[in-house]
This record gives sequence, C-alpha cells and structure tokens, in this order.
Amino acid sequence: MYAYDELDRTLINERVSEFRDQVKRRLSGELTEDEFKMLRLQNGVYLQLHAYMFRVAIPYGTLSSKQLRTLAHVARRYDRGYGHFTTRQNIQYNWIKLSELPDALADLAEVGIHAMQTSGNNMRNVTSDQWAGVAPGEIEDPRIWSEILRQHTTLHPEFSFLPRKFKIAITASDHDRAAIKIHDIGLRLYRNAEGETGFEVLVGGGLGRTPFIAKTIKPFVSRRDILSYVEAILRVYNQYGRRDNIYKARIKILVHELGIEKFAAEVEEEWEHIRDSALTLEDSVIEEIRSRFSYPAYDKLPHMPEELKKTAHDPHFEAWRRNSVFTHKVQGYSIVTLSLKPVGGPPGDATADQMDAVADLADKYSFGEIRVGHEQNLVLPHVAKRDLPALWKALDKIGLATPNINLVSDIIACPGLDYCSLANARSIPIAQELTRRFANHETANMIGRLHINISGCINACGHHHVGHIGILGVEKNGEEFYQITIGGRADENAQMGTLIGPAVPYGDVADVIEDIVEAYLALRARPDELFVDTVKRLGVEPFRERVYATR
Amino acid sequence: MPLVKDGKIAADLFVHVFDGAELPGDGAILVPAARFLEDPQALLARAGKLGVIWPNNRDIDDLVPYLDRLAAVALVFPSFRDGRAYSQARLLRERYGFEGELRATGQVLRDQFVFMLRAGFDAFEVKKDSDAAAFAATTKRYSVFYQPTGDGRVTALNRRMQLRHSESAGQ
Repeated sequence: MYAYDELDRTLINERVSEFRDQVKRRLSGELTEDEFKMLRLQNGVYLQLHAYMFRVAIPYGTLSSKQLRTLAHVARRYDRGYGHFTTRQNIQYNWIKLSELPDALADLAEVGIHAMQTSGNNMRNVTSDQWAGVAPGEIEDPRIWSEILRQHTTLHPEFSFLPRKFKIAITASDHDRAAIKIHDIGLRLYRNAEGETGFEVLVGGGLGRTPFIAKTIKPFVSRRDILSYVEAILRVYNQYGRRDNIYKARIKILVHELGIEKFAAEVEEEWEHIRDSALTLEDSVIEEIRSRFSYPAYDKLPHMPEELKKTAHDPHFEAWRRNSVFTHKVQGYSIVTLSLKPVGGPPGDATADQMDAVADLADKYSFGEIRVGHEQNLVLPHVAKRDLPALWKALDKIGLATPNINLVSDIIACPGLDYCSLANARSIPIAQELTRRFANHETANMIGRLHINISGCINACGHHHVGHIGILGVEKNGEEFYQITIGGRADENAQMGTLIGPAVPYGDVADVIEDIVEAYLALRARPDELFVDTVKRLGVEPFRERVYATR
Repeated sequence: MPLVKDGKIAADLFVHVFDGAELPGDGAILVPAARFLEDPQALLARAGKLGVIWPNNRDIDDLVPYLDRLAAVALVFPSFRDGRAYSQARLLRERYGFEGELRATGQVLRDQFVFMLRAGFDAFEVKKDSDAAAFAATTKRYSVFYQPTGDGRVTALNRRMQLRHSESAGQ
C-alpha cells in the first residue's frame, strides 16, 4: 500500500474545496452548464441518461480495507447501494446528486481517495497490473512508477486541457495484465542486456472508433528519464494533436497521421531539451516514493497446508480453487480473484454490503489489501493458503465465489444503454443472458479461457475489439443490432478481432455466441488449444460459416 | 474586460491594434502576429512598448528571434478547453527565458488561474469581473504542487526530500 503523506492529503482536500466552490457557482447560476461541464468532467462527473454519474479513481487498482469501506459508504449514503467497477480501475456511481457530490468527495478524501481526472481531456488514472507486487517473476513493483506518474499527472499545469483524454498503463511482468498496448502510453518495465531497469515505451494505442495497437516509440528509456520522456510525448501531443474533430483528437491519430518514425523524431527533439532537467528522477527520489509503499510481513508457511489437503475432497471448493486462486511470489500464499460476474448479474457491480464484507475478509485474510483489475473483478492479493477454505466459504455466502475467472461468463461489459447517454444498444442484458447460457461450470471449464467483451457503442468502453469474442452494439433503424468480432486479445500479443459478418439483432446474440463456441469445440486441435488460438490457426471463415449458414 | 497583472486588477497600458488599424504614434501597443511579422523591424523601431498576440497554432520558434525586444507576448485561449498556449507559455519562459509580460487572452476563467500562473503567465485578460475580483483568493487555493515548472514553486517531492535531509541532519 502507498501511504499518503500530509502533502498528498492537503492537495486532495484543496481539490475538494475547489470543486465545492465550482458546484456552488453552478447551483447559483454564476457558471453556465457549458462552463461547468468542463469543470465537473475534470473531477469525474458525467451527465448520464438518468442522473449524474460519478467516477472515482482507484490508482493502480490498490485499495485498503478502510478505503473499500468508504466506497461502500458512498454507495449507501449518496447512491443506491451499489457501485460499478470499470475496465480502468475506477468505480462508478450512477445515481449521485450534484448538490451532494462535494460531501461524497470530502468523505472519500478522508481516506485518500479522489476523483481527479477520471474524465475530461486530461491525463487519466494511471493503471497497472492488479497483481503488482505479488506476481511471481515480476521485475519490480510497477506501482512505484504508477504512483510517481500519478503525482506528476495530477493537476498538471500544462496538460490539463489536452486535445482528448490520455491514458497510461504500466506492467512489469512478461504477461501483460494491464492491457498496455491499448493505451495512449503503455510502459513495460524490464531489465535490459546491461542489467539496467527501464521502460519500453509504447504510444498511440486505443480502441474506440479507430482502434490501434500501440507502437514502440522507444525500446528503452532509463528509469531516471521516464518522467521527462513522458513529458516530451505529452508536449508534442498538446501542441500538434488535432482539435478540429473530437474523433481524430486522440494521440493514436497523430501517431498514425505522422507515422511513428516522424512522431518519435519530434518527441526525441523535444526530449533533448528537457531530459536533463528537474524531471530527472534521482535514485533518492525513487526511493522516497518506494519507501511509502508498505508490504505485508509474510509468515513462513508450508506450500501445502493441512487445511487445504482436508478440503480437497470438496468438488465445489476445488472447482473454485483451480479457477480463482493463483500463484503468489511467496510460498504458502495465494492471489485470489473474486468474481464480480455472478450468473445473471451485471458485470463489475458490487453492492455496498459486498464491499463491506470484502473489506472485512481483506482484514482477516489479506493484510487489509484489495485490488481491482481491468477485467472488472476484485482481488485479495495476499491470502495464506491455509485460509483458502475459510475464505471460500465466506465468499460463497456473499455471492463472490463464482468459479468463472477467465472463462466464458467472466464478461467485460460497459454500462450500455441502461445507463449511458452515448450508447446505441444495451450491454448488460446481453452479458446477463450469456452468463445464464454458460452457467454450467463443467461446460465453461471445458471451453477454457475465453474472454467476451461487450460495448454498447463505438466508443468501446467494453474493449470489444480486444475480446476473444467482441460484441459491439449498433443502432439500425431504431433497433439494437450487434456486430461480432473474434480473435482479439488485450495482452502482450494484443490484436484487434475480426468481424465475422453482418450484425445480428438483439434477440439472436446469445444464440450466435453459442454457435461460435460450439464451432470452436468442434474445431479445436486439442482440448488445451484456446479459443483465440483456434481462431488464429483457422481464421474466421469456419466460424462465419457456422453462424450464417442458417441465418 | 478586466486585466489582472501581478495579482491585482490593473489598468491596461497596452492598446490592442488590430489588423489594418492605424498605429498610434507612441504608447504601448499589442499587435497580432501576422501584422508584426510583416515588418517586425519597423514596429520594434517605434517609440513605445511593443507586445505581440501570438496564436496558439503557430510555432513560437518564429517569435523567438525578437523576444528580447518585446515588452509583452499575449497567448490565446480560443476556448478554455484548448490548452495549447500552456505549452507555448512554458517554452517562452523556461526554454527561451522570456522575461516580459506574458498575458493570457481569450476565454480566461478563474478555474485556469493556477495552471496559468504555474505555466508562467503573469497577466490575465479575464472574461468576467467576478473572476478577476476573485483572483487573489483563487490562486491561494492550492499549496501543494507535484510538477516542477519554471514558476519556482517548490514541488511536493522537493519538500519531502528537504524534510528527509533535515531529519537525518538532526539525528
């Protein structure tokens, strides 16, 4: 956990007081809605279909139990008793009242949580691997760098009015759980041949109307130079990014239009001016940030404790353990993922009671720490293996032990037309229906890893392009239709899915997905050939045939 | 439109001279970039201070050769959503050492004051009287700053490092 010091706390409180004043000026009519819009967006407040939506940052997906309880409190006190975890390590509340927002922010500020720059054309919440600090084989904890960047990007005097939103993600593992290749800047921490730690810097990734996989702009940037290098990218973007057309304003378009070589040359020229400046990160400065991260005092525990052996005969426990429990870097401990994708539920939602219960379980079993991943699930990052049976029972009781992590019903979905004013079609009911179709654990397990992503419009908040199966809602003559893509992925081998054919109506989507899955089961070379690998081997044609032969 | 200069509402000594308008014989003037670049030497030779209004979509490199003879540069915020002039301001102050008046013009509202000060602006053509009146209070709102810029404010990181040194010196 990163512990805020007096300075961090002061800044958040100053921001709350500024926002309180802005809300007051809006309510009194001193600010027009147009003027206020920009100000509220800088602080995570959208106007949705039914009410204001409030997006709160969970920087690099790390929460303390106290913070999670406060998120529950906000859900209960200011909203309708639940919250929605997003694909970018934020939580959204859908029914907040404008006049109560400053109080909600003040409550959050007391535990070091804020909503700064969770929307608007600025640098958004810096995200990272939800297993940071506990994943085996990690170079080092990427959250140190996420925190350095969080501070640097917070209320940045030059880059708070960019052409468009700007998202940074960091990973320090070979397997990318942070989806860095679909971010405006992706940072991959690694050790080069000389043994020095630094970053591969990728730029220009993003989904939406014009999806691009990020390209490597510089294969290695020393860690001391990372702030100045990121600043150079931002400065080039701020000056030359397009502002004439909102759909062409992301950095990916600038990179695409200039070409990565030309863009890289512009950045390099800018960087030469600022690389030896106050932005240089001396080791002592990095240590200062690192020193405020605290780590659990792990016990020396056996690899296979008695408690685990004793429960191994319970097939339900075993199904959960095999699915949701992952290897921790410390022997005797596990990383446990809590599915927020129950059968028939909206993906990523948690009730205030569930949040409180998870906070209690974190105190009891995970050194008071919780993580939030971009797949819209929660994680208890430090669970002693001997506690797994007890934890499982407790999770089952609160509906958070669905053993479907990474399986077909672990669906990523945006809020869609049920909430969002941009959406063309519903996402949540599609996800709910699919979780019912694939509710049988044995079947889902037999299918294996399969990521379904659903977006209710081209803005792609559900990351449909990079789903193994992507579902995109569109509107045709006033009716909801869905385009289906297959073969996308968001990891270190990120790529966009391929469209299989014409869009299908709302009522057909679940059938089509079942057809695709059945086709895969018939086509896969071996039981352990993943869906996405079968698509890669065979292309989309056999799937297209199967889906459209009878339609 | 009130002008805030050095933190206070002040009289504007500069007269805006638009394209095609006649130049006053003396006194301080602000001229658009295009007019300035037509004949910079003539304008610089004139008695009275000279300032240039520089658009936010033109490289400031073209202005750099004249900076030491300009009393003011006015940068433009066509909308407060358009943040290009923040970069121009920092480059003028931090890279090219411009020490004259750096003025923010266009849609300048109180919610941008702190960002603008940090980027190096010291004069503000403020859109609303109430915002101009609130300048001092608004700019006192923040006491913690994370980024190093040319404005000389001590960053959070620097304060922490100083604290560390004083703690270890006291041991």
